[in-house]
Formats: sequence, C-alpha cells, structure tokens
Amino acid sequence: MAVLVYTENWDGKFKKTSFELVSYANKLAEMFNTNVVALSIGPVSEEELALLGNYGADKIISAAAGQFKILDNKVYVNLISSVAEKENAELIVLSHDNTGKALAPGLSVKLKAGLVSGVVELPSSTDPFTIKKKVFSGNAFARVEVKTGIKVLTLAKNSFEVVEKDGIAQIEALQDEVSQGDITTKVNEVNKQTGKILLTDAEIVVSGGRGMKSPDNWGPIEELAELLGAATACSRPVSDEGWRPHQEHTGQTGKIIAPNLYIAVGISGAIQHLAGVSSSRYIVAINTDKDAPIFEAADYGIVGDAMKVLPQLIQAVKEMKVS
Amino acid sequence: MKIIVCLGVVPDTTTKVKFSGDNKEFDTSGVQWVINPWDELALTRAIQLKEDAGNTVDKVVVITVGSITTEPVIRKALAIGADEAVRIDVAPKDSYEVAFQLSEFLKNEQDQHFVFAGIESSDYNGAAVGGMLAELLGVNSVSSVSGLEIEGEKPRIFRDIDGGVETLEVDIPFVAIVQKGIAIEPRIPAMRGIMMARKKTLNVIPPAGTEAYTGITGFELPEPKPPCKIIESENAKELINLLQNEAKIL
Ligand SMILES: Cc1cc2nc3c(=O)[nH]c(=O)nc-3n(C[C@H](O)[C@H](O)[C@H](O)COP(=O)(O)OP(=O)(O)OC[C@H]3O[C@@H](n4cnc5c(N)ncnc54)[C@H](O)[C@@H]3O)c2cc1C
Ligand SMILES: Nc1ncnc2c1ncn2[C@@H]1O[C@H](COP(=O)(O)O)[C@@H](O)[C@H]1O
Repeated sequence: MAVLVYTENWDGKFKKTSFELVSYANKLAEMFNTNVVALSIGPVSEEELALLGNYGADKIISAAAGQFKILDNKVYVNLISSVAEKENAELIVLSHDNTGKALAPGLSVKLKAGLVSGVVELPSSTDPFTIKKKVFSGNAFARVEVKTGIKVLTLAKNSFEVVEKDGIAQIEALQDEVSQGDITTKVNEVNKQTGKILLTDAEIVVSGGRGMKSPDNWGPIEELAELLGAATACSRPVSDEGWRPHQEHTGQTGKIIAPNLYIAVGISGAIQHLAGVSSSRYIVAINTDKDAPIFEAADYGIVGDAMKVLPQLIQAVKEMKVS
Repeated sequence: MKIIVCLGVVPDTTTKVKFSGDNKEFDTSGVQWVINPWDELALTRAIQLKEDAGNTVDKVVVITVGSITTEPVIRKALAIGADEAVRIDVAPKDSYEVAFQLSEFLKNEQDQHFVFAGIESSDYNGAAVGGMLAELLGVNSVSSVSGLEIEGEKPRIFRDIDGGVETLEVDIPFVAIVQKGIAIEPRIPAMRGIMMARKKTLNVIPPAGTEAYTGITGFELPEPKPPCKIIESENAKELINLLQNEAKIL
C-alpha cells in the first residue's frame, strides 16, 4: 500500500499547491503507516523534482515523454492509474484545481475507487474511512464515508499547511510511451500570459467590483497589486461589462481562489462572489456602504471611497517597503 | 448531430443552507429548485448551436437522474428550448451513481452526438460526473471548457488553463465539461417556449442497479468569523500595520 500524489508543474516548476499536496500526503501516509509516491508528468528538471523530497515524498516518478506535454484526460488517467496499480496505491491525492478536477473522476472509475473532491482535512477515521469536504461552495462541510478499498481525494487549496522536512527521495524515470491513436485531444493554439502572477496561484489578490465605477479607474488597483506582488481580480458584473478580462472573474461561476490575502474594493459581497473567495486566509474590504455584506466576510475593513482610500494604501505600502 | 446535456437540479444559489436537527440531512424546506447554473449555460450553448445553420447539430436532449420532484425543473429546460428530456427515476447518492445511470442509458445512443456536463453541482460540489461518465463510456473528456464552436461536424473547443486559453480539437463522441464562458447569460423561457414545453416528450426510465461509492454521514456549518475590524478611512497606514504585525501576511 502507498499514497500516490499527482504533483503538477507549470512550465517545469511545481506549484505551491503541489507542496501542499505532498505535505498532506505525508501526514496521510503516517496515518496508514506507509510511503508517499509522487508522480510528475511532463518535463521537469531533476533539481526541481528533488524539491518534492523536502515535503515528504519518499519516491518520485517522473514521466517526461513529450507526448505528455498537453493534458489529454484519457492519456493522463491511464498513466496515473497504471502507476497507482504498480505502486499498489490505495490512496490517490490530487489538487482540487482545474487539472485535479479533470483527472480525479476518471481515476475513480478506472480504479473502482470512491472519490471525495475538495477535502479540507485528514480523514477523521480510517475505518470506516471518513473525511470532511466542502459543500455548497464553501458555505458548509459534509463528512463523507468512502466504501471502496481504493480512494481518490482532491485537496482544497489552502486547507493544509506546507510542512518542510529533511528528506531525500529516490527519483525514477518512467519510460512509458503512448501510442499515437490514444491521443484524441489536439491543441491547435495556446494563448497564455507569461510573466504575470497567476490568479489561481497568487498569495495576494487585489480585486475590484462595480463600486470602481469605470474601467478607467483601475489604475490604483493595478498599482497596489504590482506593489504587493499580487494578482488582480474582479466581480462578475465587472467582467460581464467587459471592464476587465473574463479570466479575472472570481466567484461561484468564475475562479475559485484561496490566497493568503484578498482585498475586495467596491465589491458588495454577494453570496455567489464569496463562494469563490471565502477560503482566503484574510479578507480586507473597502466599501462606502458600512452595511455591505462583504464586511461580514472580511477580517479588516475600511468604510470609504475607493478612489480616496486606494492612493493612501499605495502610499502606505510604499512607506512599508522603504522602512 | 445531437447534443446531450446532463442536467442537475440544485437549490437556488442564494438559498440559506440549513440542516435538519441532527445535522444529518440538508433541510429542503422552503428551497427553490433550479437548473444547476453551469448546466443552464451548457443548455443555452447547446440551443445556440442547434439554431446556428453552420453546423449539423439538430437536436438537444436533456437528461437528469432524479426523482419525480425534479420534473418542474426539467420542464423549464424544455421551455428554454431543449427538444426532449429523459429522467432516470432514482434519487442518486453520489456523483458515481449519477454517472453510472447516465452511462447505462447513453451507451445505447446510436446517433452521432457529444455530451455537455457542468463543472460541478452547486450543492455538493462533486466536480465528478462528467469525467466519470466519459470513463464509463470509454470516450475522452475535455474539462475547463469555456467555449465551444462547431463548423460542420467539427467541434473547436476552448479550454481554460492557468493564465490563458487553449484551442483544441477532439474526436467525437466526447464529454465537454463546461464552465463559465460557454455561454454569457443563461437563456430564459419565453411564453411560446413554455406553451411548447407541455407537448414535448419527457421519457421516464427505470434506473439500472448500482451501488454508490460514497455516502454523506453528516454536515456542519463553518465556524462563525470574528467580527470585521474597521479601520478609519483616513488611516490606511493602520491597515498595512495590522496586516504586517497582527495577521503577519505582508
Ligand atoms: C447564478 C449566479 C451566479 C453568480 N456568480 C457570481 C460570481 O461568480 N462572481 C460574482 O462576483 N458575482 C456572481 N453573481 C452576481 C452576484 O449576485 C452579484 O450581483 C455581484 O457579485 C455583484 O458585483 P459587485 O459587488 O461588483 O457589484 P454591486 O453589488 O453593485 O456592489 C458594488 C459595491 O461597491 C460599493 N461602492 C460604490 N461606490 C463605491 C466607492 N466609490 N468606493 C468603494 N465602494 C463603493 C457599493 O456600496 C457596493 O457594495 C452571480 C449571480 C447569480 C444569480
Ligand atoms: N442528478 C443529475 N442528473 C444529471 N446530470 C447531473 C446530475 N448531477 C450532476 N449532473 C451533471 O454533472 C455535473 C457535475 O456534477 P457533480 O459531479 O455532481 O458536481 C453537473 O454540472 C451536471 O451536468
């Protein structure tokens, strides 16, 4: 028995969530008295792979064949499940992000394994296997019992601390190839931002709502984000109006994010908006209306006009950086 | 070509979530049931594709795994413009059971088709049915689909990736797991649609035997948050100070 964790990379670098995952898998393996096997797909350097050992992976398998460069759900599911079988993995852990959501369901069927998506903790009991997950877009939790021998879990972001430890893992290259006929997804074009901080991976997010009044007023939001090393986001009406790109829309129907700090400027805090951001560690709200629901979700708030408050904040951050 | 839309029925997204006394069950009293928001967008896109003469899509079928209580919502889908509806008559216990029931029905589908599923149900957030269904049917799936166009019989898919979008081609049949962007606004039923919906077929199918893989044993609500600390609007510096020294995140 082993715990298998799929650690995704982005342009050859592991995401923070991958380290969260390995830390989680390490604790899970302790509960079951077993080892952690991490699987990396796509080209990643030895040096980067070795990092996984610092978070508790005992063995790292790297499948670097060029054919794995693009995400073909079927090809990936076949690969991960064959590794799971070879390693005798009874627990398979992925991140609850786009890729995890794409692959976990297929793995569940292929391995006849119950799936619990968006888990937030270690299991509260190993037999019966019971674990807590988010439901109602974070407005509640459910305890789920898994009845199958093998289990697939996706871990909600920010629900587990990254724990560094001294560990050295053995790295193994997997030579598997895919026969051309198995690949049914063909990528014709990729349109990808480079250099900018990814909204889904950002530690700090500065977000604007309809209270910003006009797309011309976004200067201070961008400036503050830049100073804080943050990504920018927005509420749905703002992206619907075309004030900001769709990729920035957070909320139930947009991106679900969990940064350390979410700064909501001119956002009322509708339940659908909060569904996408309520897992943030800290929320700051800036709003003219002291009764806006965002203040119920926020840790810190300023009641005031964004166009007056933002320049002050920018000034204060600049001063902080100097001192 | 047919588009099959998997339609989940969920509590309205503004529902105040409550559980029954012992926290074992979701309290459905006073709940307004609606089409799962992503499924509503998928249905909208499917109908738009049917209306577009530039492709061979000529039929939109919605399919729901659920008890008779889901029928008013299924009728709404017909009123929005689906041609036919199928209801598999069982209240499912988990995403696997839903996917299994759908696959048992769809494996006999002869017409050329592809399937739309939403990224997740807004209630239990399984994010699972689409991917499971594809695996059960032995076809591929594409997830994070934020756009889908068809020229003739050839779909062109836009998939959201971290920080961008990919344009893909996939072999038919497949399951498209859709999210925001697939349609901008959900279509609402017009009077004529509501009249016509009454005459459309809603096939009720008995379920195939299966066991769920998982079961919910109880619920809890999140701990209430401590009240928000309000900082004077003239004192932005204090906010930075608190974030640095109290929250320790800057
Ligand atoms: C099925 C469904 C799904 C949805 N999904 C999402 C989603 O994913 N994400 C999302 O965001 N929304 C979503 N919505 C919409 C949601 O219900 C709200 O309408 C939306 O979040 C409101 O956006 P807002 O806060 O920017 O605007 P508003 O609600 O208009 O709020 C603007 C706020 O700005 C404040 N303000 C005004 N002037 C200033 C100023 N000068 N300085 C500071 N503050 C000021 C106002 O007091 C107000 O609180 C969804 C709705 C539905 C029905
Ligand atoms: N009971 C159901 N009947 C038909 N389709 C469903 C049902 N439940 C979920 N789905 C589909 O599967 C998607 C993902 O649901 P879930 O895995 O439950 O989060 C939904 O967006 C629907 O398209």
